[in-house]
Amino acid sequence: MIRTIRIQPEPFDVAAETAALTLGRADIGALVAFTGLCRDEGGRLTALELEHYPGMAEAEIDRIAGQAESRWPLLGLTVIHRFGRISPSEEIVLVLAASAHRAAAFEAASFMMDYLKTQAPFWKREHLKDGTTGAWVEAKEADDRAMERWA
Amino acid sequence: MKLVYFAWVRERVGKTDEDIEVPENVGTVADLVRWLKGRGEEYGYAFENEGVVRAAIDHVHVKPEASIAGAREIAFFPPMTGG
Repeated sequence: MIRTIRIQPEPFDVAAETAALTLGRADIGALVAFTGLCRDEGGRLTALELEHYPGMAEAEIDRIAGQAESRWPLLGLTVIHRFGRISPSEEIVLVLAASAHRAAAFEAASFMMDYLKTQAPFWKREHLKDGTTGAWVEAKEADDRAMERWA
Repeated sequence: MKLVYFAWVRERVGKTDEDIEVPENVGTVADLVRWLKGRGEEYGYAFENEGVVRAAIDHVHVKPEASIAGAREIAFFPPMTGG
């Protein structure tokens, strides 16, 4: 089981991360990739700014990854989460879940995202088209419910 | 111990972090919040809606009833919106 977790301001390359996870592996039969992108919310936003808690962000994602590995027979798990200023159409988060079969890979990727949304210490703030700084994004109850379904 | 603040909690308190000496009768996270609220209106504003602000002790999420004994770093922040 290869676990890769990175918190970084730089963009990431999904193809390169996928290749790094699967290179030389004959046992992986399923790889699910989820990429979260920055939306402009109907033209309203010029960017999202992501603040994070250095140290805890890595530790919390590592704990969530540990839970995923204990629930599903994973062969690889990669999580990359960006911070800083991110423009619409740019990527924010990547989850790669690899397993022998697809069900475990799909479920583990979904689990990782549901937990990341509500448990990983990141906060989004909007930057608006008119040049002003907008509000902090409010947490959604739907995200809490999505996490609770795994309990 | 060190306190650290994030997002709008940081903005309302007006600082990113601070080192504090806590009185002995402050035993839990909830006690600490109550004590902080007595230190100034900026803390009153940051913690005005009890139950909204989350806490972590030494990088682990905790509930208000958690003991702060032995804590090196306690963080306060809004509900998370990453992903």
